[in-house]
Amino acid sequence: MTEHDEARPRAGWPLYEVFVRGKRGLNHVHVGSLHAADDQMALRHARDVYTRRNEGVSIWVVRSAAIVASSPDEKDSFFEPSGDKVYRHPTFYDIPDDVPHM
Amino acid sequence: MTDPTIDLHDVDSEHDSAYAGLQVNDSHWAFGTSFEDPLAGVDTTVPDDVDAAVLGRYAMALGDDALVLSQRISEWCSRAPDLEDDIALANVALDLLGQARLLLARAAKADPSLAPVLPEGSPVPPEDALAYFRDAHELLNVRLVEAADEDFADAVVRILLFSVWRLEVWQRLVASRDAVLAAVAAKGVKELTYHRDYAARWFVTLALGTTESRGRLEAALLRAWPLWPELWAAHPIDVAASRQGVGVDPSTVRESAEEVLDRVLATAEVARPEVPGLAAVAGRTGRDGLHTEALSRMLAEMQSVARAHPEGAW
Repeated sequence: MTEHDEARPRAGWPLYEVFVRGKRGLNHVHVGSLHAADDQMALRHARDVYTRRNEGVSIWVVRSAAIVASSPDEKDSFFEPSGDKVYRHPTFYDIPDDVPHM
Repeated sequence: MTDPTIDLHDVDSEHDSAYAGLQVNDSHWAFGTSFEDPLAGVDTTVPDDVDAAVLGRYAMALGDDALVLSQRISEWCSRAPDLEDDIALANVALDLLGQARLLLARAAKADPSLAPVLPEGSPVPPEDALAYFRDAHELLNVRLVEAADEDFADAVVRILLFSVWRLEVWQRLVASRDAVLAAVAAKGVKELTYHRDYAARWFVTLALGTTESRGRLEAALLRAWPLWPELWAAHPIDVAASRQGVGVDPSTVRESAEEVLDRVLATAEVARPEVPGLAAVAGRTGRDGLHTEALSRMLAEMQSVARAHPEGAW
């Protein structure tokens, strides 16, 4: 992770990931990334870049360097084992008509 | 909007209840949602006991301030220090253009004699006639907004001074007896609050950044400072509008604005410049149509296409 080494000065601003919760959204959704000098500036840049068309009511920003991601190399061991466990899906229930959003 | 128990325009409820959004059928918007007409439900007739000429000139002056600054900030498109600030500045310019459009339309409605006469059958609406078919001496904007920016710091300082001033005035303008001006102010206060926040943060960032950024910020402040006193003059246009109950005399709200500005300067550890204000010429300032050379150059570029096609539809 030398690219995000905190101690070294950078020519540009650090990268942030932006999450926006839309008016009809239940949760924050990743919408993109941007550069900013600090956290507060990142929040304002996110407002300016990603909510110009009335998309959002709440914004999260986080330094890209703070995100730990799974590796494509781990795809088989991470995700393949759940592929055949049909009994983990709650598909054997009758859902009443008046239960919404299922 | 099917559930009357949820106020969908209440930002707090939208923020706190993730379910509120599910009540809106806006699936036709691929990304983003609907727009609101800032004048929806507003009575646009000029009140009987208001002097329409006074209201017209006042709305035109406020509209010209926004129009000219919007054009100047637009000049940063593709030239800002980075993509994010390019978009931020474009947003500010668009907010101001929206204010200008509503205000110039109001001016022309209150006093149709203000709008330049165009060829018979021209589809150009009155607010566009005011924006694109007047010469510099007919514009009533304050001189702060018309200079060209030499540096990003100029944009920061100008937006800061302008929004501190305008926000202070508009917070009173929401009580205007003219329902349209009150509605425009109510919408504008939120926009100006953001512009002030954006500019103030950049002001502090540049001031406390490097020697280079601080030097350029202080130079920009020195350039803009002579135009600050003009913003607070009790000009006859503003005073007359204030007497009619439709406008605000800025000289009455200067003190609280200076306090806001002092807080920004103190945070940035920048001293108030000690340079005199730009003098009036034969008693005339921006509000009298007296402008610097920069304005006519800017207008030449801004208006050339519209003037070449006075009967064009856009």
